[in-house]
Amino acid sequence: MTFQGWFLIIAFIAILLLLCKPVGQWLFALYEGRRTPLHLVLGPVETGFYRLSGIDPKEEQGWRRYAVHMLIFNATLLLFTYAILRLQGALPLNPRGFDGVSEHLAFNTAISFTANTNWQSYGGESTMSNLSQMLGLTIHNFLSAATGIALAFALFRGFARRSAATIGNFWADMTRITLYLLLPLCVAIAIFYIASGVPQTLAGSVDVTTLEGVKQTLALGPVASQEAIKMLGTNGGGFFNANSAHPFENPTALTNLVQMLSIFLIGVGLTWTFGRAVGNTRQGWAILAAMMTLFLAGTAIVYWQEAAGNPILHQLGAMGGNMEGKEVRFGIAASSLFSVVTTAASCGAVNAMHDSFTALGGLIPLFNMQLGEVVIGGVGAGIYGFLLFAILAIFVAGLMVGRTPEYVGKKIEAREVKLAVLAIAVLPLVILGFTAIASVTEAGLAGPLNKGPHGFSEILYAFTSAVANNGSAFAGLTANTPFYNGMLGVAMWIGRFFIIVPMLAIAGGLAAKKYTPATAGSFPTAGLLWTGLLIGIVLIVGGLTFLPSLALGPIADHLAMINGQLF
Amino acid sequence: MARSVQKSLFTADLIVPAIGDAFRKLNPGELIRNPVMFTTAVVATLLTMLLVVGQDGLATGFKLQLVIWLWLTVLFGTFAEALAEGRGKAQAASLRATKAELTAKRLKGDDKAFEAVPASALRVGDVVLVETGDLIPSDGEVVAGVASVNEAAITGESAPVIREAGGDRSAVTAGTRVISDEIRVQVTVNPGQGFLDRMIALVEGAERQKTPNEIALTLLLVGLTIIFLIAVGTIPAFASYAGGGIPVAILAALLITLIPTTIAALLSAIGIAGMDRLVRFNVLAKSGRAVEAAGDVDVLLLDKTGTITVGDRQATEFRPVGGQSMPVLSEAALLASLADETPEGRSIVALAREKFARTTAELPAGAEIIPFTAQTRISGVNIAGSVIQKGAVDSVLKANPEAQTTAAATELRRITDEIARAGGTPLAVAKDGQLLGAIFLKDIVKAGIRERFGELRAMGIRTVMITGDNPLTAAAIAAEAGVDDFLAQATPEDKLELIRKEQQGGRLVAMCGDGTNDAPALAQADVGVAMNTGTQAAREAGNMVDLDSDPTKLIEVVGLGKQLLMTRGALTTFSVANDVAKYFAIIPAMFIVLYPGLGVLNIMGLTSPESAILSAIIFNALIIPLLVPLALKGVTYRPMGAGPLLARNLAVYGLGGLVAPFIGIKLIDLAVGGLGLV
Repeated sequence: MTFQGWFLIIAFIAILLLLCKPVGQWLFALYEGRRTPLHLVLGPVETGFYRLSGIDPKEEQGWRRYAVHMLIFNATLLLFTYAILRLQGALPLNPRGFDGVSEHLAFNTAISFTANTNWQSYGGESTMSNLSQMLGLTIHNFLSAATGIALAFALFRGFARRSAATIGNFWADMTRITLYLLLPLCVAIAIFYIASGVPQTLAGSVDVTTLEGVKQTLALGPVASQEAIKMLGTNGGGFFNANSAHPFENPTALTNLVQMLSIFLIGVGLTWTFGRAVGNTRQGWAILAAMMTLFLAGTAIVYWQEAAGNPILHQLGAMGGNMEGKEVRFGIAASSLFSVVTTAASCGAVNAMHDSFTALGGLIPLFNMQLGEVVIGGVGAGIYGFLLFAILAIFVAGLMVGRTPEYVGKKIEAREVKLAVLAIAVLPLVILGFTAIASVTEAGLAGPLNKGPHGFSEILYAFTSAVANNGSAFAGLTANTPFYNGMLGVAMWIGRFFIIVPMLAIAGGLAAKKYTPATAGSFPTAGLLWTGLLIGIVLIVGGLTFLPSLALGPIADHLAMINGQLF
Repeated sequence: MARSVQKSLFTADLIVPAIGDAFRKLNPGELIRNPVMFTTAVVATLLTMLLVVGQDGLATGFKLQLVIWLWLTVLFGTFAEALAEGRGKAQAASLRATKAELTAKRLKGDDKAFEAVPASALRVGDVVLVETGDLIPSDGEVVAGVASVNEAAITGESAPVIREAGGDRSAVTAGTRVISDEIRVQVTVNPGQGFLDRMIALVEGAERQKTPNEIALTLLLVGLTIIFLIAVGTIPAFASYAGGGIPVAILAALLITLIPTTIAALLSAIGIAGMDRLVRFNVLAKSGRAVEAAGDVDVLLLDKTGTITVGDRQATEFRPVGGQSMPVLSEAALLASLADETPEGRSIVALAREKFARTTAELPAGAEIIPFTAQTRISGVNIAGSVIQKGAVDSVLKANPEAQTTAAATELRRITDEIARAGGTPLAVAKDGQLLGAIFLKDIVKAGIRERFGELRAMGIRTVMITGDNPLTAAAIAAEAGVDDFLAQATPEDKLELIRKEQQGGRLVAMCGDGTNDAPALAQADVGVAMNTGTQAAREAGNMVDLDSDPTKLIEVVGLGKQLLMTRGALTTFSVANDVAKYFAIIPAMFIVLYPGLGVLNIMGLTSPESAILSAIIFNALIIPLLVPLALKGVTYRPMGAGPLLARNLAVYGLGGLVAPFIGIKLIDLAVGGLGLV
């Protein structure tokens, strides 16, 4: 570990903390449906869009209606993308003349992008036409991100409203988030990427002769624009197979920092928005503090392990940290930090190969996802997932101080506990259940590249990544098979929508409750104690379940490495 | 209060029947009410069957021990519930004993003819005759007559109380004895529905309704059980990937140690014990929900008289007016009060004698007493044509119109205001149409009540004093007693209005009351404690009845409610925190055959895999009876803010729950090794 390494990590957190409030304020304006400076330019677009589609943005929806509209919208997009992928051979903007995508790959990919996962069982530059990338996939980068934020807004309204029957209008939320947040930010960030050397063209590829005299084809495309939303919307689906490790996606140390910041930007801002929505910004800071503590702990472990390197290689004379699978221009600190950011935030973009991390270095990204992507988490999804844990934490805390628990003025009762447990149980059920199926079936066992506990980690990582809607891959797993495409597709769908529906039900129930003012007898949910309790509950409820699987995967792998055995 | 025989927790007459009941409660129909323990029982049954047929390479002796400890886990849970029930029943039985063989004199028609019937044959609406020496056969309302009744059987207070038709003292309770006169009582409850019956049902596990909070907690526990079922159920597949198999017995052991058996086993015992504590406190709750609500109360409405102040006002000062001398005023006040048997009257006599050395012992012969009437609101004495009047200032002025314009009247009015502002009640004294001065009757705030309100404030509970006094007097007493707010010149409608307003603001309100006109407010309040001396209407409207009729108890009832929830919370935290250590015991033991390297996770240094698994399961079982006393007594509750309270409980039960099993499992492992059990 070096001073520069730690400086990068501290600077990264400091910049985020500075950005938290302004971003949160902007999001709050959208949450409230207030006017922003951008309305001057984009306001007519918004109203024009409403008029065109016959939507009344002021028409409020109850949670069931909000959920149904959200599901119909996502299902429609899913079918749309599936059709484009299957038919890409017959569609325009296909300069390299790719054929239609196979049934199972199209199924997997369509779900993957709809569910804000961006798991990629394919290499982008060798499978997808420009039309597929821009219309079939990039559209989800915006809309799945906007869906996540809209759902977070809906839950915030549940906490903030009193004796209300509605939690907002899905279409208005979607429109405002896309128009006033995602699009303008992406334009700005894309311009910065272009300036940094990221390609932005509709041309297919260029042929070059390298210094060694070899002919090489360099794939090109509209990379900068996809890169911006890939990070901002915690999508993570790269234009190239190598994702952010590819020099065209992520050319410099500065683009690397901006990529990491843009992954966390909205997730961090939403914690502030939550606090503001419930009338006490300290509530938001308390949540952010809990998330950041978990994040920092994870980063420290990964950085420490990666910097320490592999003792077996040390004996062979290869001193220093673990550089296998890392880009030299980023180095150990930036790669470690990136891996924790991308897995903490359900992004899934990678600038290094997690499969090549040391065992414990690879355990943290895995564990981040198993916690349910609540450490900052995916845009919107992170905070609503975290609030589910907060409901359980406040329930236990409330009992311990002798009161029916209440959180930000809302009583947490049997219904909330039931739904929160239901949503939280989805994760272990699908992750462990599907991993179990894959570890005993022939089709499943055909996937992993490595043997022993490392191969098990590869399977576990894939299903964890899918259910948690992260989308990062441990590599090493041959996933483009009917078995894995199918299983992972189902896992991604369940991991997204089987959590959302109970979450919206909680939002609806909370909105209908009356407000209970806090007294000295109610437990203060804005202090250090609360932050500590949140961390404890996330680790115990979210983490303990996975201990046996981690023991058989990364931990066994790590111990074997210490004992001089590599897998 | 004095009645409660404080049974110690573990006396033979409680434990022996509880052991029998523990086995009886293994009945699946009853076990399924507790899903976690039901799961444990299913697993135990499965393992018992595998013991006979299974071939998995494990030593039979080891498996047999596992099976025994699994069954013990279930039995400890049913035992805890049975013990709590036993204590509750013993408590209720002492209340019920008198009731069982009661006979009633049921009246036929309107005349005095009656038939003797067993109390169980009485129905709502029947009218029974209760004569001197009879036990009252059923809860009811006096419809005719007046009698003194000894209610020691339920309140422990031996002084008889008056029960009469009409008014606020008309309710009678089954099992109490009429010691003079006779009354006719209209039965108001059917057999099996009286307060006692309801209370008994609340402490009997089988019929007990789960409270809202208990339901929520059960859901959480079921959720955790499902999550751990998934975690354990997928292990065989993972192990098969690693090229091995895990015996079912070991998976079962892991599952049972991980699911929250500790809290689940004690959950119903905690609820029963909570109700039982209330009974010991001489408060009968009609539902567990009411007890829970008591813990959530935000606002306490307290009647001034009897709760905040001692019931009777005391004379503390004489204030002469119009140049009258103190001896004249004190002598007049004394004479006017000699025949006044009210506490206020007696306190005036005492003041005059002690502070002003008046020696007149009795009224001169021929003195004519002027009795107090509600119309005049004046009492006094007529001694040989000289009339001394004593009464409310307005009334005395009204009775002496010629004195109203004098300077003395102006002075009297000023003093009246002063007294009111100081929290006192002024009485005016006049002699033969001339104003002599005022008597300062002071409300005496109960000793220590200010500190109690301070505690309540720290707990986040606001106190509101309800009084019929004028706002000036009320404000002064409120300031002295340290309540947060007051409602002066309160009518029953005002009370109801105040409760509604607080509830609309999202606050839970508790109050106590006794009169029929309190009934609507008692019904509206989230926690309504009716005084046992109150009317039947009040007792029906409230959700708790205080047998001692002590309104101050409301404060303790809140504490009991909080203690109930806290006990559940503390044991849940303890139970879940325990899982960390159990993982560290079982995971290395389970996987060491697959990956020997995982042996380093055996941080407790347990002797062998078998010993580690057995130790974890023994700890998991033994912790239940060890925590039974805590579950039954409740965790210590001190009034303090939520933050410090949580910090304290987290340190004790959270941190304690993390650390304790590491030590416990290690010790058991040493014992298991020492005894050569594996």
